[in-house]
Amino acid sequence: MATNKTYWKSIDQLDQDNPIVAKLEQDEFPQKLPKDFNNQDSIIEDNSSSRRDFLKYIGFTTAAATIAACEGPVVKSVPYVVQPEQILPGVANFYASAIADGYDFASVLVKTREGRPIKIESNTESPVLGYANARVHASVLSMYDSLRLQGPKVNQSDINWGGFMIQFKEKLRLLKSSNKPVILLTQTFASPTTHDLINKLITKYSNISHVIYDTISESSALDAFENIYGKRGFAEYDFSKAETIISIDADILGDWQGGGYDVGYSDGRIPKKETGKISRMSYHMQFESNMSLSGANADKRIPASPSILKNILAFIYGELSNQRVKSKLDPKIRKAALLAIKKIKNSGSKAVLVSGIQETKAQELVIAINTLIKSQAFDAKNLKLTRQGNSKKVDEFVKDLIEGKIAGLINVGVNPVNNLSEGIKIGEAIKKLDFSATFSLKMDETASVSQYVGALPHYLESWGDYEFKTGQYVLAQPTIHPLFDTLQFQDVLIDIIDEKHDYYSYIKKYWTDNILSGHSFSQTLHDGFFIKPLLNRNIEMINIQDMLIKANSLCVEKEKGISLILYSKIGMGDGQQANNPWLKEFPDPITRVSWDNYLTVSKSDAESIGLKNVNVANGALNGSYATIKVGKTKLTIPVLIQPGQSKGTVGLAFGYGKKLGLKDEMQTGINAYSLYQNQNKVQQVSIYPAEGYHEFACVQLHNTLMGRGDIVKETTLEIFNTKDKEYWNSVPMVSKNHIETKVTSPEVDMWQSFDTSIGHHFNLSIDLNSCTGCGACVIACHAENNVPVVGKDEVRRSRDMHWLRIDRYYSSEESFDSDNETKDNISGLGDSLTTFGEMENPSENPQVVFQPVMCQHCNHAPCETVCPVAATSHGRQGQNHMAYNRCVGTRYCANNCPYKVRRFNWFLYNKNDEFDYYMNDDLGRMVLNPDVVVRSRGVMEKCSFCIQKTQKTILDAKLEGREIKDGEFQTACSKACGNRSIVFGDVNDKESKVSKLKENSRMYHLLESVGTKPNVMYQMKVRNTDKT
Amino acid sequence: MLIFAFFSQSLLAQEPDLDLGKKLFNANCAACHKLNKKSIGPALKGVSAKYDKEWLYSWIKNSSAMIKSGDDQAVAIWEEYNKSVMTGFPQFSSVDIDNIIAYTDYTPPAPVVSVLDSGQLANSNSGSTISNEIILGALVVVFLLLIVMLILVRRTLIRIAFASGVDITPPIKEKRLPIWKTFVNNQFIVFVTVVLLLLSSAYYVYGFLMQVGVDQGYMPVQPIHYSHKIHAGANQIECKYCHSSARVSKHSGIPALNVCMNCHQNISDYNGEEDIENGYTKEFYTNEIKKLYAAVGWDEENQVYTGNTEPVKWIRIHNLPDFVYFNHAQHVMVGEVKCQTCHGPVEEMEIMYQYSPLTMGWCINCHRETNVKVKDNEYYTKIHEELSKKYGVEKLTVAEMGGLECGKCHY
Repeated sequence: MATNKTYWKSIDQLDQDNPIVAKLEQDEFPQKLPKDFNNQDSIIEDNSSSRRDFLKYIGFTTAAATIAACEGPVVKSVPYVVQPEQILPGVANFYASAIADGYDFASVLVKTREGRPIKIESNTESPVLGYANARVHASVLSMYDSLRLQGPKVNQSDINWGGFMIQFKEKLRLLKSSNKPVILLTQTFASPTTHDLINKLITKYSNISHVIYDTISESSALDAFENIYGKRGFAEYDFSKAETIISIDADILGDWQGGGYDVGYSDGRIPKKETGKISRMSYHMQFESNMSLSGANADKRIPASPSILKNILAFIYGELSNQRVKSKLDPKIRKAALLAIKKIKNSGSKAVLVSGIQETKAQELVIAINTLIKSQAFDAKNLKLTRQGNSKKVDEFVKDLIEGKIAGLINVGVNPVNNLSEGIKIGEAIKKLDFSATFSLKMDETASVSQYVGALPHYLESWGDYEFKTGQYVLAQPTIHPLFDTLQFQDVLIDIIDEKHDYYSYIKKYWTDNILSGHSFSQTLHDGFFIKPLLNRNIEMINIQDMLIKANSLCVEKEKGISLILYSKIGMGDGQQANNPWLKEFPDPITRVSWDNYLTVSKSDAESIGLKNVNVANGALNGSYATIKVGKTKLTIPVLIQPGQSKGTVGLAFGYGKKLGLKDEMQTGINAYSLYQNQNKVQQVSIYPAEGYHEFACVQLHNTLMGRGDIVKETTLEIFNTKDKEYWNSVPMVSKNHIETKVTSPEVDMWQSFDTSIGHHFNLSIDLNSCTGCGACVIACHAENNVPVVGKDEVRRSRDMHWLRIDRYYSSEESFDSDNETKDNISGLGDSLTTFGEMENPSENPQVVFQPVMCQHCNHAPCETVCPVAATSHGRQGQNHMAYNRCVGTRYCANNCPYKVRRFNWFLYNKNDEFDYYMNDDLGRMVLNPDVVVRSRGVMEKCSFCIQKTQKTILDAKLEGREIKDGEFQTACSKACGNRSIVFGDVNDKESKVSKLKENSRMYHLLESVGTKPNVMYQMKVRNTDKT
Repeated sequence: MLIFAFFSQSLLAQEPDLDLGKKLFNANCAACHKLNKKSIGPALKGVSAKYDKEWLYSWIKNSSAMIKSGDDQAVAIWEEYNKSVMTGFPQFSSVDIDNIIAYTDYTPPAPVVSVLDSGQLANSNSGSTISNEIILGALVVVFLLLIVMLILVRRTLIRIAFASGVDITPPIKEKRLPIWKTFVNNQFIVFVTVVLLLLSSAYYVYGFLMQVGVDQGYMPVQPIHYSHKIHAGANQIECKYCHSSARVSKHSGIPALNVCMNCHQNISDYNGEEDIENGYTKEFYTNEIKKLYAAVGWDEENQVYTGNTEPVKWIRIHNLPDFVYFNHAQHVMVGEVKCQTCHGPVEEMEIMYQYSPLTMGWCINCHRETNVKVKDNEYYTKIHEELSKKYGVEKLTVAEMGGLECGKCHY
């Protein structure tokens, strides 16, 4: 029986007549809805439209907008009025040119499309520094920098060049008539014509004196060479001729003495079969404080503080020259130094010793040692001229400037206010000068305090001639009309000395008269270089005395405090291109940190000082801050704990922390130049922990391989020579019906194979022995494939877009093999946790290996099977295709990829103010490759094996009706790899280099046990641990 | 007959031959001379009046010798025309030169006649339009009269019927269900109709959506009325003469204006067929040529480039999306596909329009059906051999060569 029981919520409800209750029962909302519109209640009240009306309007407008959007936009095409003969829309032109920005010197090829330079490549035909590093590859983007100086300025206001020159010359004339000293402070030009012009200028204006200033000084080596040979320059080294390379603090794979040694070095690093079965490769031993690229590639690396390094050099000299040197070495270091001596003695003239110790005595000893052993790799006859600065003269100039002894200063391509430790004082002094002029690409720190500011063109807009090495000349030509109202400094000089030429015709005349001796100028311009046969190539030692005294004076006591060693990163160099987003986002090969510089500290020092690195929840890396004090200068710097950093030393990279002429996002890091006192890279510092943590954008958090031996395979030269391939490079086995079967065997394959036997089948081989981790390929890939820059925050979230990454692994044991053993010996979960924990902390001096990883283009690709819309599919040529317009962004493919090479566009990275990098301004977008689509938000992307390049090669062959020769197929990375470590080609062509590499005994595939059958293969690393 | 022919020929030999002169003029002189206008050289109309005949013979045969010899007239004309030397024609006989001069002197009597003709035509035309209007007006009056008469007749008939007592009220109709109600009541018909409606609307919606972004038939008005019909049709200019980058590049390329001037430096007036109905008169086309001159900065009067250029902003017709890679050279040169296969009968298009849909289905379809031109292309020799072994056929389609793979066009 139903009850008449009343349920009530409030006592008022029981009173049937209560009007409030009745009203509340009627209305769902007792009050009017709250309005968010501030003070607009009346407007809303007055408005007669209801919510329904609103929905109607919305519906109508959406439909209307949809229909309206169906109308295609009107696209205009504007052809040339008079088409230049050499420009064909859609066809790239290549021009040989050269970069010489005072820090990087290289012969390059410039790829232009419709008159825009879009990519820099190595000029491989040029024997003169024909190798473009990461910075040179990125330099094309620096031209499209929207923050470049757009015209000349006088006293910070714009002026035209005519007015500028009249005032400028008048000022010079006045200074000359009163005979007041003027300093012309320039970068290293290494340009015969420019030097000729400067000489003419000084002849005309006797009050001007020329001082050459290298931002990062190499003065000691130049001084040493000058002391011994009477000429200023570097000796040339050819590491391909060296069997034993002993390097004492010389970053030969970095920027040591102007760089460019990678090619020769890596040539000797590949084990080559000589007589019978024995293969040989060079032996490289590195003594150093910071973990450098060279140390990472060395067969044996000995961390040592700067004082010990000097002792080692003196000791080696003593032992080799059979003299007693009072060196002080502890037994462990002594043992290593003795090994080095033994190696040198065994190799005889095939050994070479190099050093980066910045003391003239030390550099003189290096020359003495190499002459003593008659090193074939050492060549004093060919002078390298890419650094000409003189620290002593620069110091004098700074002293004179601050004391007010000079009246005028002309800066060309240098930024002393930012790049010298007394920068602030220099800036004040320049402001007080009677006359100050700066010729620069940027409104930098020095330009902003100068009266006259001349806008220089980028090197891709300029003429130029260079003598990189004696008798080896290079020409540079403009590849685009100047973007802004700029004038080359040489044209300014020509105007001042009243010559009637422009710089181009001046160069042409100078070359015809002095250099070419009848050779065609046009042909030289086409080739980009000219080698002059030198008749008198003998160079005599004029002074090689007192070496023993010098060696003894290097035997200094061990330093008491902590030494700071300033160094340059391969990605930033001296910081000229600090506003280049490609270089900022380029992860440092050693630390894998992008966007920042930091204090590298050894683990034990960090513990004793109280500095920490922590991985936070989202996997990103944080580092605590430290305050360091050099003299009176104090800086607070984030700390990165660096395995292999010598105890008692810390490192800090140049080139960061600039503020002027940089976009806000680019102003990262700390200016290390403020600590660069007396242009000496070693400074005594005191370090204290500071408050807070710095957020790093680090792209690789696993420091070691954790025993995953099928990622990096490594063996020693001894095993490689004596044991079978099965022993050191075995194919992984899987169990089928309890029978061990090779994973490559078709029996254990559940996939249907694609038929790739007809046509081309592309493979890529990467040699881990010759890969030095320089990163030129990463930047080349960026430029070729329109890879976006995502910014520090996004990199920190692991959303970096690099299609090609260079993984760096440390091994805590002597080799990766022993790591594997450690892993195999783990018993039980508890043990595994502690052992893996230990393995994550590489020891004091780890082994390092670099491994470039891009899409492996698996023949049995796991990504292809999981794509719900078939956006990624397999091509018959071995490429794994990615149709961006088909992708809906499920990211299944990335999850299923064992190599983690797929990149997802989390945002729209072009024309988006949130990502204010080059793709957000009209100028920056000019660098985009028109043959590759710019991806939008929400699609997956990855390495395509540069399909646009392979297709172009095929088309060219079809048009010309011929077969394709080996070496024609190239990817951006293989083209950029000066070390020839990355080789690309067609394996269906049995004669091709890559098909021979496929048969090589060192060949293995990444994670072969997974059975993906990749088209990328690796040549395993062989380390020369030979002790004899 | 024979005699007559002989007679006439001998007559012609004596009299200069106008047709022959015209032929010679067009073949040899027209590149630099026009009849009524200055070109690279002077206008040639009435040239025989200005110069002595013998002088003309030697000038045409070897002008530079005359300039060297210091002939006053020769030097004067040489200096007037920027010291550019006229090509010598030693191969011309005096008769040839006579013929040419006759052609340049010839004033066609036709214009007077034609003016008269067209005037008469115009008169007769206007007369006929007037008479048409009269006829139409008369017809309207006749029809109105008929209507009035009919109404009057009907009235009279009703009156007569009324008077004679005939009942003319129509019988009352039986009340039936209205047609829509019958329709609603029959569920089967309703069902069928609804299904048909749904299907047809689905068909149209699908069709509508599929044409979104497809611009087939797009025919924009261009800044200069360039007629492919005249250039590629009437004058038979090869497509790749102007669109030369189609040979080597992914773009066919809109020709630069200097390409136009290769011909239009001499062709400043249009003298071809007219289409008066659409307003394409000779003046209209000539005017378009003037637009070209303005854009390229050509001073017709003085035959020089002024340097004041104004690039033409053409409206692009064929727009492939950014994510598609299409290469003209691949199709035109390697595949030997005719331009018309995709662009339609361009030589008949007065105004250019998009002939093909340019959809992916359309591309794929062609790739499935078209055979690769492997003959005489060494690149294909080895691949073709292996492929035909595999498929067992001699001819291979693009699809069989891998032409359907996503990455071939999308990267």
